[in-house]
Amino acid sequence: MNVSRKLACVVVLAVCTTSLAANWLAPAGYAKQFREVPNAPPSHQHLLGTDDVGRDRFARVLYGTRISLLLAPAAALVSTALAALVGGLAGYLGGIWLRMARGFTDLFLSLPWLFLLITVRALMPLNVSPLVSVLITFLILGLLGWAASARVLSTSADALRNSDFVLQARASGLHGPRLFLIHVLPNLKPVLYAQFWISIPVFILAEANLGILGLGVAEPLPSWGSLLRELEGLISFREEPWRLAPLLLLIIVMTSFQLLLSNEEVTA
Amino acid sequence: MILRTLILRTLSRKLLLGRITQRVAAKLGAIAAIVLLGGLLSATLVRTAPGFDSDERELDPSLSAESLRAIHQSRAGEHNILGFYINYLRGVIHGDLGTSHALGQPVQTLLRERWPVTARVDGIGLFLAWLLALSLAFTTCFWRRPAFEIFGITLSGAFLCIPAAVLALLSVILEAPGYLAIALIVFPKIYRYSCNLLAKSYASPHITAARARGLGEVRILAWHVLPVAGPQMIALAGITVSVALGASIPVEALCGLPGIGQLAWQAALSRDLPLLVNLTVLVTLVTLLANSGADVMIHMLSPREEFS
Repeated sequence: MNVSRKLACVVVLAVCTTSLAANWLAPAGYAKQFREVPNAPPSHQHLLGTDDVGRDRFARVLYGTRISLLLAPAAALVSTALAALVGGLAGYLGGIWLRMARGFTDLFLSLPWLFLLITVRALMPLNVSPLVSVLITFLILGLLGWAASARVLSTSADALRNSDFVLQARASGLHGPRLFLIHVLPNLKPVLYAQFWISIPVFILAEANLGILGLGVAEPLPSWGSLLRELEGLISFREEPWRLAPLLLLIIVMTSFQLLLSNEEVTA
Repeated sequence: MILRTLILRTLSRKLLLGRITQRVAAKLGAIAAIVLLGGLLSATLVRTAPGFDSDERELDPSLSAESLRAIHQSRAGEHNILGFYINYLRGVIHGDLGTSHALGQPVQTLLRERWPVTARVDGIGLFLAWLLALSLAFTTCFWRRPAFEIFGITLSGAFLCIPAAVLALLSVILEAPGYLAIALIVFPKIYRYSCNLLAKSYASPHITAARARGLGEVRILAWHVLPVAGPQMIALAGITVSVALGASIPVEALCGLPGIGQLAWQAALSRDLPLLVNLTVLVTLVTLLANSGADVMIHMLSPREEFS
C-alpha cells in the first residue's frame, strides 16, 4: 500500500469515526432550532454557524455524514448481491441465460443513471416520514445500481465456467448449486469486492444529486444531498465560505475513495 | 489483370455495403425491441406505483358523488397494465403521446418545445468536453511529461468528486452558461478513458518498432496510434451522449433551462407519470441510437474486421 492510499484510508476512517461520535461532539442534535440566531456565522457555540431556521450546521454535517457514509455501503451491498445473483448465475449457466441477462442489463444501462433514479424515485411516495425517505432513497440506489456490476460479474463467471478446474469438478460429479457455491462464487470474490468498493462513491454522489434536486432524504434528517442543497441560496463564495464545508468534506471523502481504489479496479 | 482487380473491388464494396446494411437493420430491430420493452417496464412501474389510482380532484369537497364516479371511470381503462400500454402505443402510432397531468399540455407539444434546448446545451457541452479531454489526453501521451499527467489526473479527479448537481449550482453562482457545467461533468469520463486508451496504444510493440525505425511522433500518432484507439473512442462518444443526457437533469433544473432535463425533474416532483413514461422512452431511444450509431461507424471504419 503506497503513501497516498494509506493517507486516504486514514482520512476515510477519521471521517467515519467523527461522524459516529456525532452524539458526543454535537449533543444538541441535528434538528434543534436556535431561533434566536438564524443564519449565524461560525462561533464557539456553532462551529459552522447556523442555517435559515437556526439549526447548528456542524451537527447537521456530522449527522449527515453518518447517514451518507453508513447507508451508501449498505446500498452497495444490496447492489453487489443482486449483481452476483444475476450476473454470476447467468455467467455460470451460460447460453440463453447469459444472453438474457446481458439483454436485461443492456436495457438497464441504456437509460442514463440519474434519469432512471429520478424516474423510479418519483414513483415512490414523496410525502413520507424522513426515516422512510432515507430507506427509500438508498434502497432505490441499491436496487438500480446492480446492472454495471452484473455485466462485469457475468463476464468473469463465464470465464470461470470454461476454466479447467470447473471442468475437472464437473468431471468429478459436482453439479448445480454446489459447484456454483463451492468453486465459482469463491473465485468471484475479488471481482465482488472491487464492485462493492466502486459502488460506494457512486452511490454517495447519486444521493447527493437526488438530495439537491429535492428527491432525496426528507427534512429534518440531514444527508450530504440535503446539506448541499443549502448552496442554492449562496450568492457568492466570499460572503459565507463556511457554507461550503459539506462540499469540501464530500470532495475530501470522494478523493480518498478514488485513491483507495486502484486504477485497475476503477477501469474493471 | 486490371479488370479482375476492378471486379474484386466492386464485389468487396458490395459485400461491405450489404453487411453494413444488415448490421444497421439488426441494430434498428434491437433498438425497437429494447424501446418497446423499456416502455412496457416503465408503464408497469408507473401503473404499480403507489397512488396511481388517486386523482387530486377527488379531494375537492365541492364535487358530487357522480362527478367523483366519472373521474374514477375515466381511469378505468388504465387498470390493466397491458391494456394501458397497448392504449399508449395506439396513441403513439396516431401521434398522441397523452397529456401531462401537472402541466395540462399535450406531451408531444412539450417535447417539441423542450428538445431543441437540450440538444443545443448537450451538444455544445459535449463538444467542449471532448475538446478539453482530448487536448489534455493527447498532450499527456504525446509529450509524456509527468507534470501534464499529474495536472490531467488532478483536474479530472476533482470534477469526478463533485456531484453533477453541485457543478450546476456552482455554474449558477458564477453565472457561467449551463453547457459549461455539462462539459465539466462529462470531461473527466472522456479524459480518463481516452488517456488510458492512448497510453495502451503507445505501449504496444509496433509503436516501439516504429520509433526504432525513426518515424516522427506526429506520424506515429496519425498512422499507428489513432487507428488502434479510434474505434473505442467512437464507442465512448456514444456513451457520452447518455452521460450528457443524465447530466442535463440537474443542470437544466438548477440553471433554469427549459429543456428535457428540467421537464423530467418537474415530472418527477409532481409525479406526472404519463410524462415520465414518454420521457423514459425518448431518452432510451436517443441513448440507443447514439450507441448503435457509434457501433455502425466503428464497423464502417474497420472493414477488415467485417471480412475476417
